[in-house]
Amino acid sequence: MPFSVYTSKLAQAVNWARKFSLFEYPFVTACCGMEFMATWAPKYDIARFGAELPRFSPRQADLLIVVGTITERQGPVLRRIYDQMCEPKWVIAYGVCASTGGFYQNYSAMPGADQVIPVDVYIPGCPPRPEQMLDALVMLQERIQKGEGHSQVVLRAERGYVAPDVAIRPAGDTREGSGR
Amino acid sequence: MAKIILDRLAQQFVAGEILETGSQHGNEWARVAPAHWRAVAQFLRDDAVAALNMFIDLTCVDRLGRTPRFDVVMHLYSVDKKHRVRLLAGLPEDDSSIDSLVALWPGANWFEREAFDLYGVHFVGHPDLRRILMYPEFVGHPLRKDFPKEGRQPLLRRLPGSVD
Repeated sequence: MPFSVYTSKLAQAVNWARKFSLFEYPFVTACCGMEFMATWAPKYDIARFGAELPRFSPRQADLLIVVGTITERQGPVLRRIYDQMCEPKWVIAYGVCASTGGFYQNYSAMPGADQVIPVDVYIPGCPPRPEQMLDALVMLQERIQKGEGHSQVVLRAERGYVAPDVAIRPAGDTREGSGR
Repeated sequence: MAKIILDRLAQQFVAGEILETGSQHGNEWARVAPAHWRAVAQFLRDDAVAALNMFIDLTCVDRLGRTPRFDVVMHLYSVDKKHRVRLLAGLPEDDSSIDSLVALWPGANWFEREAFDLYGVHFVGHPDLRRILMYPEFVGHPLRKDFPKEGRQPLLRRLPGSVD
């Protein structure tokens, strides 16, 4: 069996383990947090997806969830928290404010957290329903399995990690993106 | 409605310290000459009839195009007498400074910092007149009417490809 096939299967197994064991860091700044909390509660029960354990230290987390408005003043804080997280790491922007700035079109609100950190999944809504959080989590799990998360792509490029999509894509296909 | 506080002010200040007064539905207000801002406030706090011992609010209004341009607005309340008053002081654009009232009401500290931060009003005698909402690197006073609405001043370089 060729070595590359072996490593790509290993990456798939590792990504499978990663996607069902996400440790969240909730960066909650605004009213979205009230709706977001419901996803932890029994009714929506995010534990069904293996992401029920919030770590309130970024060094122990691999999923940063930006919940609420980000101001220009918070930009350096958010960036530092993201930088402190161990790789690979993923980011979900919860709600329109975290995604685009929402209805804040002024001198103080940042037009989306993706101005300073790479965001993997955006959730619209003001606030979004808890179901949307679960939907986004499943979308993120698909990205993780395929190795398409921002930080996974960066890791592959910088350190030569073998991509899981080596086995998914036909030989010779070097296009960027998901290839779906 | 009795104008208790305005009557007290009229008795005490006869040399033009009070520029204008009004009373609607029991809400008394007085426009004070900025030079006498602190003296009027201290009188209202210490006077036995007015007894306005509680500082409620201080903010600023930018009336761009009017002279004077800024209005500093303060609300006072009497815990004992249960009445309140609104004091205003007009400040010109080229000298928007006024006496600080932190020595009278410590609670005025952050309110004056806010008015300084967002309107650029300078409070003379304030113990620590720094920005309170915006960051120190911010240039300008964003609630002035001639400040651009989306005059963002990012602290971090934007990620490539991000849309403002």
